[in-house]
Amino acid sequence: MTTPTVPTTLAPPPRFSHRSIPEYVGILLVLGLVISCLMATAPALDKLSRGIARLFAPSGMLMQMFPPDFSRIVPIGWKLLETLQMAVAGCFLGLILAIPFAILATDRLSPHPLLRQVARAVIALFRTVPDLVWAIIFIIIVGLGPAAGVMAIMVDKIGFAGRFFAEAMEETDVGPQDALRAIGASRLGTIVSAVFPACLPSFTATSLFALEKSVRGSAALGLVGAGGIGVDLKVAFDLFNYDEALAIILLMLVLVIAVEQGSGWIRKKLI
Amino acid sequence: MNAHIAPESSQAGSTQVGPVLVVDGLVKDFDGRVVLNGLNFTLAPGQSTALIGANGSGKSTLLKCLIRLIEPTAGQIKMLGRDVCALNTRDLRSFRAQVGIVWQRHNLVPRLSVLSNVIHGVQARMSGPRAWFQALAPAEVRAEAMACLDRVGLSDRAGARVDSLSGGQQQRVAIARMLMQRPAFILADEPDASLDPQTGEEVMALLLSLVRENGLSLLMISHRLEHTLEFSDRILGLAQGRIALDLPTAQADAAGLRRFFDHQEPA
Ligand SMILES: Nc1ncnc2c1ncn2[C@@H]1O[C@H](COP(=O)(O)OP(=O)(O)O)[C@@H](O)[C@H]1O
Ligand SMILES: [Mg+2]
Repeated sequence: MTTPTVPTTLAPPPRFSHRSIPEYVGILLVLGLVISCLMATAPALDKLSRGIARLFAPSGMLMQMFPPDFSRIVPIGWKLLETLQMAVAGCFLGLILAIPFAILATDRLSPHPLLRQVARAVIALFRTVPDLVWAIIFIIIVGLGPAAGVMAIMVDKIGFAGRFFAEAMEETDVGPQDALRAIGASRLGTIVSAVFPACLPSFTATSLFALEKSVRGSAALGLVGAGGIGVDLKVAFDLFNYDEALAIILLMLVLVIAVEQGSGWIRKKLI
Repeated sequence: MNAHIAPESSQAGSTQVGPVLVVDGLVKDFDGRVVLNGLNFTLAPGQSTALIGANGSGKSTLLKCLIRLIEPTAGQIKMLGRDVCALNTRDLRSFRAQVGIVWQRHNLVPRLSVLSNVIHGVQARMSGPRAWFQALAPAEVRAEAMACLDRVGLSDRAGARVDSLSGGQQQRVAIARMLMQRPAFILADEPDASLDPQTGEEVMALLLSLVRENGLSLLMISHRLEHTLEFSDRILGLAQGRIALDLPTAQADAAGLRRFFDHQEPA
């Protein structure tokens, strides 16, 4: 539409561009889907308001939580240490094992396309299944306790770090690798002496993120019986010791923040 | 064409008096597009040969075909007494170990020390952790690497991180790494291309001194007319997939070579 009366400024375009019938149908369909999902699962408003009221009642959970009960701080502290140990051990094993998986998953370094597909599928599987599910699986295999938690963290970290390690190796400059291949260097020699040094900053950053993720995740693993502080939290809730539960939550928070701060500090130093 | 048809190709011995390279009917096409259309030439040992040709004339392709980084479509290549096209994967590796390559980019591993990068050259004949990092290398390898660095004038920078060096120094480290291979033949693909004229000239002079003083053979691609004239004994010109020019550098004149260069050098 041209407006001959105002030659210098054109009229702005319409606020809403014209849509075709199929587009309107599509929008309505999506809206309907979202609303039906909300109706099926979201809490009813009256139920929610009654629940919140109960939370703040004198006998409600929130009131019972305060003040937090730190009387069992020594045993809780030890369990917290166990949680950290699980995270470190599982993360370490996962990172070590992620390296071969990542190498096999890359386009350039994998010895065979079939092997590459298998490695990628394994990494995707490890990453997609939540660590709580892995914990339940490993409880069946190695029994209740921290060992199952360590295995769950390890598998989760192979999925997490395997993907990012592989991406880092794909993105690194191929010139040095090709130059070493051209003089007859072995595949392993090329990977260790040309690829790893170039990827070191990225590997370090990924490893630190993996550690943070492990610490956060390990606190929850006890809920299903895979060791660590989570089981104490569950018991505290089950016995209505809400004040002790709050103490545990606060201590977990301190641990997670401490690890995140520490790893952030190391990351800044290294890169 | 990679069948084992090389009865006489196994190690001609250390006394190399014959040609160092014989190329016979070399053809390379990429999906039917012919880049090299039947090349024939022979190189004598201990010489510096310049390969010239316009952009896209197939110079790099020829160099890569010589050590089968690109598989030739047809033809025979005999280098250092070996029938290159007949080598199996293992023999190809041991053959490539004898051929030093200097690329346009230095292709050094960043974040590692100069010394570690030079020691990487030993992977041509040695594998395992002792060839990966200078800290793990045996004393004699470290000493040889220092000698190679000395040859390129950089032994005082052995401990520095390689990415802290200038472009010309990095290219010299790449040459030291190549010397660590103990090559008999050097291929150089525009080693001066990413350097300023001054440092490019130093690098070319260094390569020529390896021919003059150490008796190595050199086949180098240069995109600068004055480098071609100054640093070669013989000039091969590539055009339309064929050797269109082959003459001793002493008989070459700048005017006759210009058509092999894309841009004219200012006088
Ligand atoms: N891997 C490849 N696949 C297809 N075509 C290629 C490939 N490598 C080189 N070519 C083509 O071959 C020709 C010669 O390339 P190149 O040898 O790099 O030329 P030069 O080094 O003389 O500039 C160019 O036209 C280029 O596009
Ligand atoms: Mg080229």
